[in-house]
Amino acid sequence: MPHDHPHAHNKPLSDVELRVKALESVLSDKGLIDPEAIDLIVETYETKIGPRNGARVVAKAWCDPAYKDRLLTDATAAISELGFSGVQGEDMVVVENTETVHNIVVCTLCSCYPWPTLGLPPVWYRAAPYRAKVVKDPRGVLEEFGVTLPEDTEIRVWDSNAELRYLVLPKRPAGTDGLTEEQLSELVTRDAMIGTDVLAAR
Amino acid sequence: MNGIHDLGGMDGLGPINPVKEEPCFKDEWERRMFGLFVSCFAGGHYNVDEFRHAIERMGPAHYLETSYYEHWLASLETLLTEKGVVTQDELEARKKFIAMEDA
Repeated sequence: MPHDHPHAHNKPLSDVELRVKALESVLSDKGLIDPEAIDLIVETYETKIGPRNGARVVAKAWCDPAYKDRLLTDATAAISELGFSGVQGEDMVVVENTETVHNIVVCTLCSCYPWPTLGLPPVWYRAAPYRAKVVKDPRGVLEEFGVTLPEDTEIRVWDSNAELRYLVLPKRPAGTDGLTEEQLSELVTRDAMIGTDVLAAR
Repeated sequence: MNGIHDLGGMDGLGPINPVKEEPCFKDEWERRMFGLFVSCFAGGHYNVDEFRHAIERMGPAHYLETSYYEHWLASLETLLTEKGVVTQDELEARKKFIAMEDA
């Protein structure tokens, strides 16, 4: 049957889609939210806030020993020196990977994650299998990420919470002596700052 | 409160299937849901602990079967109706209206 309205007919909206639309529509009618502000919030997290921020923190720590000291003593303040602060990054702790210690971050209860430095968490970080397994079998988890650590490396797993968020300071890869801070930051992966990746030598 | 969300150490939940690169949001409704959460949080309708507690109050089977942003949706619906910001009837009526428009 022909319709006189112009929208494209794909599949009908799912129940979840309808619930979200209904909520937004009712709240908007009441003047409690502004749909255009939602566009802006979403765009900010899609384009401006992400792991490139954390990578800059890491590269600076590799190049500037005084900054690294500040980062390991008061991470929140040191990170905000680079302009990264705010929601879900109010209280930060940076844990350093060394020759003998490897750190991994999780939120077993939900999805706590340092938004200002890493953006929004990946799907696997928020999903049940990672949250369940990493505290019990971190080496098994690392294998799923294709990472094998020496037998004698101590693995520390940090369980984030609503107040406190962790960022891993990965080991600087071998063979990067001549690189600038900016070039170094391009080597730092999101997963290395969660602790499920190890940066390969160059 | 302990419950199904307290997953640390649980066996048998399957592989992690890590993906190196993926979009921030998978669907448009996830975008809107995220923006709604931030907007309502900024509007002072709840704090993060209340938000998480409302997720933790989901039925355990429902919790495991639904996606991350569906948890957020359930939490927001629970909190905003409990606090009288919106009513269940308003949401249901609007949902029916939008479904009709979509048909």
